[in-house]
This record gives sequence, C-alpha cells and structure tokens, in this order.
Amino acid sequence: MAWLSKLPARLPGYRLVKSTHGLQRVMLLVGGGLIAVFVIAALGAQWISPYDFDQTRYGGVPFGTQQPPSADHWFGTTVGGYDVFARVVYGARTAVMVVLASVAASIVLGVSTGVVSGYLGGWLDRLLVLVTDALYAFPSLLMAIIVSIVVSGGSSNASGGIISAALAITVIFVPQYFRVVRNATISAKTEPYVDAARVAGSKSGRIMFGHVLPNVSQTIPVLITLNASEAILTLASLGFLGFGIEPTSAAEWGYDLNKATTSDVANGIWWTGVFPGLAIVLVVTGVTLIGESLNDVLNPLLRTRGGATATTADEAELVQVVMSEVSDRRAPVERDRTASAAPAASDKGEAP
Amino acid sequence: MRSKQLPSSVALLRYLGLRLVLLIPTVWILVTVVFFFMRVIGDPITAALGGRLSPAQLAERKAEAGYDRPVWVQYFEYLGNVLRGDFGTTNKDHRAISEVLLTNGAATVELVFWAVLVAFVVGIPLGRLAARYHDRLPDVTIRTFSVLVYAAPVFFIGLLAKLLFSSALGWLPSSGRASTGTRLELGRQGGSSHFMIVDAIRSGDGAAIIDVLRHAVLPALTLGLLTAGIFIRLIRINLLETVRADYVTAARARGVTERKVVSKHAFRNALIPVVTVMGMQIALMLGGAILTETTFEWDGLGYQLSQYLLARDFVAVQGIVTAIALVIAVTSFLIDVINALVDPRVRY
Repeated sequence: MAWLSKLPARLPGYRLVKSTHGLQRVMLLVGGGLIAVFVIAALGAQWISPYDFDQTRYGGVPFGTQQPPSADHWFGTTVGGYDVFARVVYGARTAVMVVLASVAASIVLGVSTGVVSGYLGGWLDRLLVLVTDALYAFPSLLMAIIVSIVVSGGSSNASGGIISAALAITVIFVPQYFRVVRNATISAKTEPYVDAARVAGSKSGRIMFGHVLPNVSQTIPVLITLNASEAILTLASLGFLGFGIEPTSAAEWGYDLNKATTSDVANGIWWTGVFPGLAIVLVVTGVTLIGESLNDVLNPLLRTRGGATATTADEAELVQVVMSEVSDRRAPVERDRTASAAPAASDKGEAP
Repeated sequence: MRSKQLPSSVALLRYLGLRLVLLIPTVWILVTVVFFFMRVIGDPITAALGGRLSPAQLAERKAEAGYDRPVWVQYFEYLGNVLRGDFGTTNKDHRAISEVLLTNGAATVELVFWAVLVAFVVGIPLGRLAARYHDRLPDVTIRTFSVLVYAAPVFFIGLLAKLLFSSALGWLPSSGRASTGTRLELGRQGGSSHFMIVDAIRSGDGAAIIDVLRHAVLPALTLGLLTAGIFIRLIRINLLETVRADYVTAARARGVTERKVVSKHAFRNALIPVVTVMGMQIALMLGGAILTETTFEWDGLGYQLSQYLLARDFVAVQGIVTAIALVIAVTSFLIDVINALVDPRVRY
C-alpha cells in the first residue's frame, strides 16, 4: 500500500495545492473540481450523454418538444425537440474548444507583438499602443460581434463557427496580452542580463524571445484564467444574441438560453434555460476561483507565510481590479510608468 | 527639482490638453476599423436585399447609393459626413441615424439611470459592510455573492428573474418599456421627450407612471445587480486598503471615533479609484447594454444595434458604433478631468 501514500504527490497540481493555505486551498480545490467536471464532460460527451446534441428522435419516435424532465430526458427537451442534458454536456465540448483556440491565438499574437513592441520601441510601439488602446476602450462584446460577422457572416457550421467565435474573442484578448507583456518588457529591457546579452553579441530576436520573454511571462497564467472565464461568457453572449454557432452544428449554451428566453420563459418552462445557465455559472466560477488562487501562489510579491493568506487574496484582488483598470486605462504616455498588472475581467463582455 | 516644475495649474492644463488631443485618434481608429470591417463583408444593399433582387437590379441599386465607387472614396465621404454630424439613414427601416440615437438612446439612458441607482443602493452599503467585517461571515457571504454575480451571464440572471417574478408569481411584466395601452396614451400626448418615465409623469396619469415603473423593475435589477457586484469588489478592497493607511491610524490616535474615521477619512479617499471604474462602467452601459436590453426587449440603443447587426444594416451599425465610441471616449476624458482635479498625483 506504500504506493498509495505516494500517489497524491504524483498528481498534477499537487505542489500548487501544497503551497496554499486555508481558504485559498478551499478555493483552489473547489475551482479545480468544477473544472475537472467540465473537462470530463467535454472529453467524454459521447459516453456521458445518452443522445447526440442534434438528435430529436430515438428509434424513430420523436422526443417531443418542451417535455419536462423525466427518466428518459433528465433535463427535459427544448422547443426544437432536442434533449437538454445532451446539449448541456456537448456544450462543454464547444466551450473548451473555443477557450483553447482563443487563448492560444491571443497568447501567440499578444505576447509576440508585446515583446517586440516593448523591446524595439519607436514609432511601431506608439502605433500599436494607440491601436490596442482604441480597441480596449471599446465594448468588447460589440467588437466580438463585428469580428464574428466578418469571419463567418454571423453563423455557420461547427468548425467555422468555433473558429469565428474564437477569433472574435481573440480580438478582445490580444490588447490585454499586448499591454501586460509590453509593459513588463519595457521594465525588463533595462536589466543587466539584457545588456549582458547585447554585449555578448546576441541578435535582437534572440534577446527578445530567449532572454526577455521568459522573464516577462509570469503574469500570463493569471491572465489565462481571467480570459478563459471571459471567453466562455463572450461565447455564450454571441450565441445568445444570434451571432454564434448553428444549433445543428454544435451545442452552445448561449444559443439555448436565447431560445429559452424567447419561447419558453413566458410559459413557465424553466428547464430549457436553467440547466445551460447553471453550466455557465459553474464553469466560470471554477475558472475564477482557480485564477484568484493562482494569482496569489504565482506572484511572489503577494506571497506570505501561512495564515496571512486572506490579506494576500485581498491584495491580489486590488492589483487586478484597481491597478489595471485605473492606471492602464489612461493615456499611453503614462503607460510606461505602470509596470505590469493583469487587466481585470470586470467589464464582462457586455458592456455590462 | 521643485523650482523646475511647472506651476501646477499649467501642468494640469497641459495634461488635460494632451488627453483631449488623444481622444481624436481613439475615435478615428474605431470608426475606421468598423468601416473597413463592414466593407470586407460586402455592401449594405447586397446584404439587405441579396437573393430578393436580380444581379442587374442589385447593381443598379448599388450605383444609386454610390456603393460601386472605390472604397477609399466612400470612406472619406463617410468621414466627412460624420464630421458634419450626418450619420446617414438606415437601410432596414429608413430612419435617420440621428433619430435612432435620440429615441433609442433615451431608452438606454433611462435603463442605465435605474440600473446605476440599484448598483449604488446595493453596491456601496454592501461593499462597506464587507470591508467592516473583513474575513468574517458578512464579508465571505458578500464576496461569494459578487463572484456569483460576475460568473452569471446577465441574460441568465434576467431569465431567472423573468421565470420567478413574471411567470411563476406574475408580479411584474416580463418585457418591453410599457404596456400597449400606456404606450398609445403617451403617444397621443405628443411632444415626446423619449424618456418614457418623464412622459408618464407629464401626463399626470398615476396608472401610467406605475405601469412604466413596473416595466423597469426587472431590467434595472438585472443590470444593476451585475454592476453592483463590481462596485462591491471595488469599494471593499479600496476601503480595506485605505483603512490601513497612516493618516487613518493618525486620525484614530487623535481620538476620532471609529465611525468618523471610516466615513470621513477612509471612505472618501477610497472613493478616488472607485470613481474611475464606476465612470467607465456607466460609459460602457450607455454604450449599449446589449444583453440586458435584448433579454427584456427594452428598445434601447443596444437592442436596436443587435437588430441592425442581424439585418446587416451597416449604415446603422456604423452610426451607432461611432456614437458609442464617442460616448466612451468623452466619458473617459471626463473621468480623467475629475481625477486630475481631485488627486494631484495624477497630473504629469
């Protein structure tokens, strides 16, 4: 049985959990649990769900529309005759794909332009700052809608819809990564190791991506968790407004909520809206909890010894909410002075 | 060093002047981005009437509207029109954009007014309460509330509110700004201010006022609670921060009562960063609370914008988006003015 006691140490995230205390650890574990359920649903949708997301009949017999929850249909059926449980489970898969695609694309685009812009400076830097600032000042959901129309004409098949949703969300995120990485680069490029590399004859490209990049990337994990929750909310908002993915191409929670709002709520039919809505709330809560604890654990400036975690949580929140929104939003000339701060996710896509 | 500094009033003016000048590229970039994005998809005529007309008819219509000219010509013409304040006419229903902005904008302002009221009434006391009972039960409860409010999409909260208060209990209407009877009655009155509540009060009809107010309750609560969640976080964290500041300790040491320390010394200073974020939140809401308005079919700018987007009415979209960009840019400028006046550290 000795291997059993060693097992936890081999699980991913074990050291992360170990480095937290009290409330912080509870937040991390609850968040992790929610995300685990979400990922399992996404990966195993075809085994978990008894039906397909676009299935409306079984053995030639239609499910019936707007059926209340029953043994056959745990969460009932929708106005279109789909099984709500199947759509909730498959919706997790759509959400995971969009989150992964949008976060990956934003990191690649935002981080590379941020490092280059911050390191090289000059007119390119000024121009990029001006453009990203303008984009950032604009209601993000509106930008996402416009981009999704440009990419796919508003709605389309599964892969096209997922790609256009992911791209629309990417456009919102790139300015955030750009800003954080650029600011960190500006303060990092005066460090002695950069001078040393330059003296040793390294090319700019190597300095930027070999030396500066590893040193400015600590804030990125926190930003990823913030963005993952924002991505899920934006995807759902796009679907809700009718700019998302076709219901026959993929299950998407926002679309189902739209249908529930327009056709079911007035008749007191609750199951078509409540279940996809709860799915969104639980996933976003999970990601947010992980983000808050990661922020404390990964940022050494905020880390204190056990017991004082409550204060560090507050400070982390302060850094997130205030620093970014207050100081980062100002004119670009001032921007250089604010070192780095993760933009808060408080604007939430809907220009609230 | 000190002698080299400019007199503070000159520094302030310089700072504000710079901010004002920077407004122009911000708005211009957004207008440009939206214009070219819209043109990438095609022209408004094909988008609106494609499939219903023959290609020849389409081409004729396009030439009539000038959409067959080079995109640069159209772009500069559009910029010129916008500078003169002429946003054009919608394709979908032939309304002047300025009229859309006025009537639907008024609806949005009305909604935002109620929502901000809710956000203040709920957010500020709860934020103070959470800070006061730091890490004890009230704090944990209030923080959980604000995380949940953040995690729930506004249209889901709206759906739950409709299910409970409208479908199940039947207390409140589920959508729209007023019932048809009231709308017709207020329409007959003439000289509309576009603010339904103002019109209702002007009519002096108690039933109309109550009807309009009842319609506003659910949208205002939904949008207001979401905003309150943000306010709670902000106020709590800033209050906790300022309570630890030296001047607060000094005030305590001089024997100022705890009540006064919090309300006079700490709270006021905690408000400085809060004002900034609140201002931006309000500006974003004015820019169209698209989701809330769509959920409740509230005929505001956001709802109209999403309808025009679905109809691919690009003239309307461009006009509304430009107006939104202006509102946000101007608000953010005003916030900076207030900040610079209140907090000398902001001036450079």
